[in-house]
Amino acid sequence: MAPTDLKPKNPSSPTNPIRGAGVDPATGEFRVLGLGQTFLSVTQKIAGIVLTPETPLGWFALFSVGGAGATVLLVAITWLFLKGTGIWAVTQPVAWGFAIINFVWWIGIGHAGTLISAILLLFKQGWRNSINRFAEAMTIFAVVCAGMFPLIHVGRPWLGYWLLPYPSTMNVWPQFRSPLLWDVFAVSTYATISVVFWYIGMVPDFGTFRDRAHNRFAQYFYGLLSLGWRGSSRHWMRYETASLLLSGLATPLVLSVHTVISFDFAVAVLPGWHTTIFPPYFVAGAIYSGFAMVLTLAIPLRKFYHLEGLVTERHIDNMGKVMLATGFIVAYGYGMEAFMAWYSASHWEAFMFWNRVFGPMGWSYWVLITCNLAIPLTTLWSRKLRTSIPFMFFISIVVNTGMWFERFVIVVTSLYRDFLPSSWGTYRATKWDYMIYVGTLGLFTALFLLFVRFLPMIPMNEIRMMLPGAKIGPKAPPKNAAEVVN
Amino acid sequence: MSYDAPAPSSKDALEIIFRPDPNVYDGRWSNVGWLQELPKPVTNLSWDNAALVSGATLTKLGLEEDNIIEITVAGRKVNAPVIAVPGHPDNSVTVHLGYGRQAAGRVGSGQGFNAYLIRTSDAPFYTTGTLKKLEGTWGLAITKSHFQDHRSKAVSGEGTGNNSLEADEAINERGIIRYATLEQYKADPGFANEGETRPKTEMDTSMFPNWEYKDNAWGMSIDMNSCTGCNACIVSCYAENNIAVVGKQQVRIGRNMQWLRIDTYFEGDLSAPRAHFQPMACQHCENAPCEQVCPVGATVHTPEGLNTMVYNRCVGTRYCSNNCPYKVRRFNFLLFSDYETESLKLSRNPDVSVRTRGVMEKCSYCVQRITAARIEADKDNRAIMDGEVVTACQQACPASAITFGNINDKGSRVAKLRSDERSYQVLADQNTRPRTTYVAAVLNMNEELEQGPAEHPAKG
Repeated sequence: MAPTDLKPKNPSSPTNPIRGAGVDPATGEFRVLGLGQTFLSVTQKIAGIVLTPETPLGWFALFSVGGAGATVLLVAITWLFLKGTGIWAVTQPVAWGFAIINFVWWIGIGHAGTLISAILLLFKQGWRNSINRFAEAMTIFAVVCAGMFPLIHVGRPWLGYWLLPYPSTMNVWPQFRSPLLWDVFAVSTYATISVVFWYIGMVPDFGTFRDRAHNRFAQYFYGLLSLGWRGSSRHWMRYETASLLLSGLATPLVLSVHTVISFDFAVAVLPGWHTTIFPPYFVAGAIYSGFAMVLTLAIPLRKFYHLEGLVTERHIDNMGKVMLATGFIVAYGYGMEAFMAWYSASHWEAFMFWNRVFGPMGWSYWVLITCNLAIPLTTLWSRKLRTSIPFMFFISIVVNTGMWFERFVIVVTSLYRDFLPSSWGTYRATKWDYMIYVGTLGLFTALFLLFVRFLPMIPMNEIRMMLPGAKIGPKAPPKNAAEVVN
Repeated sequence: MSYDAPAPSSKDALEIIFRPDPNVYDGRWSNVGWLQELPKPVTNLSWDNAALVSGATLTKLGLEEDNIIEITVAGRKVNAPVIAVPGHPDNSVTVHLGYGRQAAGRVGSGQGFNAYLIRTSDAPFYTTGTLKKLEGTWGLAITKSHFQDHRSKAVSGEGTGNNSLEADEAINERGIIRYATLEQYKADPGFANEGETRPKTEMDTSMFPNWEYKDNAWGMSIDMNSCTGCNACIVSCYAENNIAVVGKQQVRIGRNMQWLRIDTYFEGDLSAPRAHFQPMACQHCENAPCEQVCPVGATVHTPEGLNTMVYNRCVGTRYCSNNCPYKVRRFNFLLFSDYETESLKLSRNPDVSVRTRGVMEKCSYCVQRITAARIEADKDNRAIMDGEVVTACQQACPASAITFGNINDKGSRVAKLRSDERSYQVLADQNTRPRTTYVAAVLNMNEELEQGPAEHPAKG
C-alpha cells in the first residue's frame, strides 16, 4: 500500500466522509483494527478461543446442525453409490445437474480465500490480515466440498482414478483434449497449494499455542504442528520468504482454476456454453461469490466471538467494494451474452438467449439478475449500507444465492433446449439432489466449526505486526523478544 | 348384427372411435417390453394408451393433456388420460384397444386403460359418448417434447401463426427438415443445400487434417421421402443391440434407451398438419464433438470412421451427451439391464455387450454386423461387397428408407445417394460432418386433396 493510501489526506476536514474516526491516533494512518489493541490483547483474544476447556454452547448447537447436514450427505452419497446417478434428476438432454452446479459454486467460493491470502499479500494490503486465515480455511473446505462432486457425479465412481495419468499396465492414458481432465489438474493443484499455504501461515501461531497451552495433549498437538518454531530471526526470514513464494504460486491459480473450469463449458459446442467470455467472467463471478461467503462467515463469527476489534467495519466495507467491482465484471458478462446473441447473428445464440430469458425455465434467469445485479449493484455504492452489518449479511446471502443460480442457468438452461427440437426436455431436481447440496453445506459448516475451535482463525503474528507497537523506525532499539511472542 | 351408424345425438356428444393399438394391437403383445416402451407413431406415447383428441377439442372441453377423463358410452364408463394429437378430427375421440389388461404378465399388467369396457358388439368400431373431466392427472410418458411445443401461436403456443415453435425451428431456422414440392424441385434441384440455413459441409474448414480411410468408410443414407414413421427400425434395434427396457417412470423423465428415434415435426395448422418423420441415431461425425470431451477416451474414432463407444472404458461423466448436438447418446442412469431373468439371457444377441449401470451407449452402425461381414470377406480374401453389411434398422425398414455401405466405394448405393443433389447433413453448419445423410423429401401433392375435404367432390 502506498503511503498516501495509508494516511488520510485531510482527516479533520468536514468533507472527509470518515472524518478521523477511522484514523489511528498513534500513527496517523487509516485504522484497520479497533482502538486499544495491544500485542497481548490480540494474543489473548485469539488464543483464548482455542486454548480453553470451555466450548460455547452455541458452538455445539451449530456443530450439531452442521453434523446433521454431513450425515445427510453421507446417507445421500451411500444411496447414490448403491443405486447410481439415476437417483438424481439428470436425464436426457440435461445430463449435468446439481452436481456440476454445486461443483462450480463451491470452487468459486474458494477463490476469495486465495485472492485474500495471495494477491492481497503481494499487493501489501494490510487489512487482509484479519480475515485471511479463515478465508483460507473457507477455501480449503470449499474445495473439499467441490472436489467431491466430479467424483460422485460420474456413472461409475469406483473407476474415477482413470482420469489420473498413472502408468497403467494397459498403456491407457486419459484423453488430454478433454476439459474434464484439465479440471483434475487444476483442482488438485489448487487444493495442494491452498493447504500448504494455509498450514505454513499457521506455523508461528502454532508456536504461540504450544507455549501458552497448559494441557499436556494440547502442548504435544500444537508442538508437533509448529515444526519446532522458536521465533528466531532466521525462522521469521524463511517464513516470510516461504509466504511470498507461495503467494506467488497461488496468485496465478486464482485466475487459472476457474478459467479451466469455465473451459468445461466454453470448449463444448453447445450454444450458451460455447463462449469466449467465460474465463474472465467465471473468475470474476468466483471472487464475487467468494467474498460473499467470507462475509457470510465473518459477520456471525465476529459477533459470536466478540472480534469486532479485529474484524472491523473497515473490513466489511472493503469486502463490499471488492464485491461491487467484481459484480460489475459479472454484469458485463451478462451484458455481453445478450449483446453477442444479437451481434453474432447466429440463430443458435439468439434462440438460446431468448429461451434462457423467456423460455419455460426463464424464472431462473430472473432470480439470477435480481440476486446478482439488481440488489447488490444498486446498494453497494452506499458507504452507509456497506458498513451496516445486518445489511451486508443479507447481501452476502443474496449474492451466494444469485451465484448458485448463475451456474444453474448456465448448466440447465443451455442444455434443456439445444439443437434438435425433438430432444428438448426439462429438469426437475429430486430430493437426493437437494440432500447432497444441503449435505455439503452441512459438511462445510462442521469443518469450519472444527477449524474455529482448534486452530487460530485469525493470524496472531500478522495482526501483531499491524499494531502501532510494531511500527518501529529503522533505528529504534529492538523490542523485548518475549513481549513480541506473547 | 347391424353396423348402421348410430343415430345422431345431441350436439355435445362426441364420436368415439375404437382402434387397435399401434404397438400392442388388440392386447396380444402387451407383455412385450420393447413394444410397451416403443413410442407410438405420431403421439410418441409410451407405456399407455390414451383418449386422443384434436387440440381444438381439448381446448373446447377445458381439458389439458394428461388430465383424467371419464368416457361414458350408453352407461358404460371408463377412465382414461387425454392427449391432443395433431391432425385428429374435431369432436371425436380415438381410443386404442389392447390396454388395461390385468393378467398380461410382468410387463403388460396394469398398463393403460381397458377401452373394451365401452365397446360393445352393437358398435364395435365407432359410437357416440360423452366425456367428463375427473380430478388429477394420469402421468403419461411421452418421449417427445411437450404439448406446449406442438402448439401454434394461434392456439396459445409459442410458435408463429399456424406453426408450432418446434416446426418453426426445425424447418425454417435450423434446416433440420428440408423438403420441396415437385414444382420447386424441378425449378431448383439443389434446394436442399441452398440458402442461409442450409449450408453444405466444407471439408477444408478445420485447421486439423482430415481423417483418412484406406479401405472402408461406413456411411448411412436415410430417404425422407420413404420414411413413414412406423417404428419398425427401433424395435429391430432393440432386438439387435440388447437395448434395455427402462419402464414407464424412467421414460417419463426422459431416460428411454432407444439408440434410434423417429423425430416427428408437425408443420402448419395442427388441425391438418404436414408431418415430417426423421429417423435420428448417432450420425458418426467425422468431427465428433463427443470424442473431443471424453476425459478417458471411451468414445473414439475407428480407422473406418465409426464413432465407437468403449463400454469398458466409460466412467460415465456424460460430457459426451451434453456435447452431442443430435442428443442421440443414451446413459444407463441406473442398472437398466436385467441380468437375472433367465428367458432374457437367451433372447440377447451374443455379439453385443449388455451394458451395465453408469455407462454411456449409442448407435454403433451395427458394428458387430460389419465385423461379421469382414470375417466372411477375409475368408474369401476379398473386400466387403456393397450390400453385404445390412444394419438392423435397414433390415427392418419396410420402405427401404435406410441405406448403409461404404462411402469410399463410389459405386456403392450409399455413395450414390450421398452425392445426390437432394442429400443433406443435419446441422451441417456445426461442422460435425456427419456420416449419416438425409435425402430431402420431394412432395408431389394431389391438388384435389390439397383443396381440403369440404370442397372435395367425393364428399358429395
